[in-house]
Amino acid sequence: MSLVGELVISLLIVLGSAFALIGSWGLVRLPSLMTRLHGPTKATTLGVGGCLIASMIYFPASGANWSAHELLIALFLFITAPVSANMIAKAHLHRQRYRLDPDAEDGIKDDLPPPGHDTGWATFWSRSDPPAL
Amino acid sequence: MIGYALAFAFACVALALLLALFRLLAGPTRADRVLALDTMVINAIALIILFGIHQTSKTYFEAALLLAMVGFVGTVAYCKFLLRGDIVE
Repeated sequence: MSLVGELVISLLIVLGSAFALIGSWGLVRLPSLMTRLHGPTKATTLGVGGCLIASMIYFPASGANWSAHELLIALFLFITAPVSANMIAKAHLHRQRYRLDPDAEDGIKDDLPPPGHDTGWATFWSRSDPPAL
Repeated sequence: MIGYALAFAFACVALALLLALFRLLAGPTRADRVLALDTMVINAIALIILFGIHQTSKTYFEAALLLAMVGFVGTVAYCKFLLRGDIVE
């Protein structure tokens, strides 16, 4: 393998793992769940993407056939990361609305502002008037 | 050179897993724990890919792909349970 190839692969590996570490560090350091969501969904996904691109360059450069496996994993991760983040945010909003987790460390002690319609914030029916089924 | 980069990357990802484990144990909300589990799955995928580069073996991609799918389904199932108290209604 050429020196340039090794350099590029090493750089991508180091960058990717550093981003993964930064994402998890954000998960520990940031003050509330809505801010903590940013770390894993952006930085860590980018870190895995860097590692995948590194292996996508590494295998053809070391003589193996090119395959679409890495691309599949990257595509799948990049599609599912926002979906799971949205689901976690919805679950958090739902629990905050019903005050099941009164969490002082969140810094959010008030109820959510009114959504302007009668279906609640990203979840289902509001607390005061559930739909007559 | 790739060997040194891989050693650094293994250390970084292991530390990232430990930090996510701290958030998993500390909470404080349940959504935090779900998020920490999701992060641990993504870090485990990175670890598997790096190990595949280390071993120069393509077998590990299947495991990484499988873990990506199962991790996503697991996260959605946890969130669904927190939202509705049930997973499949």
